[in-house]
Amino acid sequence: MKRGETEKLKFALYWAASCGGCEIGVLDIDEKILDFAAAANIVFWPVAVDTKYKDVEAIEDGNIDVCFFNGAVRTSENENMAKLLRKKAKVLIAFGACACNGGIPGLANVANREEVFDIAYLDNPSTANPEKTLPRTSTEVREGSLTLPEFYDVVKSLDQVVDVDYYLPGCPPAPQLISNAIDAIVQKKLPPKGSVLAPLKSVCDECKLKKSEKKIGEIKRMYELKELDPDRCLLEQGIICMGPATRGGCNARCLDANMPCTGCGGPTPESSDQGARMISALASILGIEGEEKMSQEEVEGMIAKVIDPLGTFYKYTFPTSIINRKVMK
Amino acid sequence: MKKKMENEESIREERSFTKAESTKGNFEPSIIGFLCNWCAYAGADLAGTSRMKYPPNIKSIRLMCSGRVDPVFVLESLKRGVDGVLVAGCHPGDCHYQSGNYKTNRRIVLLKKLLDQLGIDPNRVRFEYVSASEGQKFASVVAKFVDELKTIGPNPLREER
Repeated sequence: MKRGETEKLKFALYWAASCGGCEIGVLDIDEKILDFAAAANIVFWPVAVDTKYKDVEAIEDGNIDVCFFNGAVRTSENENMAKLLRKKAKVLIAFGACACNGGIPGLANVANREEVFDIAYLDNPSTANPEKTLPRTSTEVREGSLTLPEFYDVVKSLDQVVDVDYYLPGCPPAPQLISNAIDAIVQKKLPPKGSVLAPLKSVCDECKLKKSEKKIGEIKRMYELKELDPDRCLLEQGIICMGPATRGGCNARCLDANMPCTGCGGPTPESSDQGARMISALASILGIEGEEKMSQEEVEGMIAKVIDPLGTFYKYTFPTSIINRKVMK
Repeated sequence: MKKKMENEESIREERSFTKAESTKGNFEPSIIGFLCNWCAYAGADLAGTSRMKYPPNIKSIRLMCSGRVDPVFVLESLKRGVDGVLVAGCHPGDCHYQSGNYKTNRRIVLLKKLLDQLGIDPNRVRFEYVSASEGQKFASVVAKFVDELKTIGPNPLREER
């Protein structure tokens, strides 16, 4: 170890139930990664550095300065690592939509373990599993017993398992937000505990598309639009865009690519439930023209075009919403 | 007026029907009512001052407009174990703020779709138009809702608590 290196900040990065996109997201900060490398000593990052669980266990409690934890908590392994890293890290940051709000894996809360296993291992056209083998926590073989982490019934966000210091939302977090966070850490200018390291305003506030009076005649999907006006608010063109209910910080980069916002930034600060917020916003402007002449059937027909409210409005936040799992019979 | 009478007739019929059907004898549903100041709350008030009888299962909350009902209110109520949520506002065209009732109607329709996906019976949430002069209608809406909830049964989210 070179002299002076001990003074570097000790960093850990870990992934739980996630796709790995957040790991790539860290590299999206481009040349800023060099500043990061100059300021930080990576003590644990399974994707990039060869370190094992026992290396983390060997670290003294509270001796990691900052841990970026991405992914939701789905298995006992996720939970154990969350608890271990909480113990070892001074500052634990929920990194990305899954750690902050459960993310896409969280949508599995419409089912339980049994149903998930059914689809994944049994009742699936591309799966041949005649012996109906399912993952088990322990299997006896000749050489001894083999173990697997337990697969939980529900998906949880990181803060439903351990105490979280900061949240960095996004799927993955926008490069600007990551480098702002790293700057704040290096300069020791972190906001009060519990803060979300992103702006307070919604995506619409950052969106460059032209917005006029909000009214939608009919909800459309992208392919149903005869012609997309690339300069006009997508919501006004009938495309469901989660912008009004979603925290910004991403500079509306999906909208720059003519794609509607799907809500990865999570709820805005004044709202606890992103989906309810969007239901309210969308229903207010849908069919507003001639609403006094509309029959109940027409209203229901119009709303019926929202095919999947749960998957659309709670795409990234189901586990942290008010009713955070399906009522199972 | 005639139409109203017929309506009540059918409500009464339905009520006796659901009562006979109900097997969950002593379950008393709890209902939270979000009532608009100008119509539904005044209607509920009229039902009270005219000494009309209706089940005591409803706890009313007065709002300035049914348009104030955020889906969060409904979800939070259900989460905390209430068996039914009644949202009542002015008749179409009568909203004191012009269009709050239309918006809430659409919100509730969309919210019911969500509740269905969440495994919660959408009939636990009800949107009704009750004017300030319809004390009788308010009483019968509550009575009918109570009966319906008795057949639906207790809120499963309450059992989980």
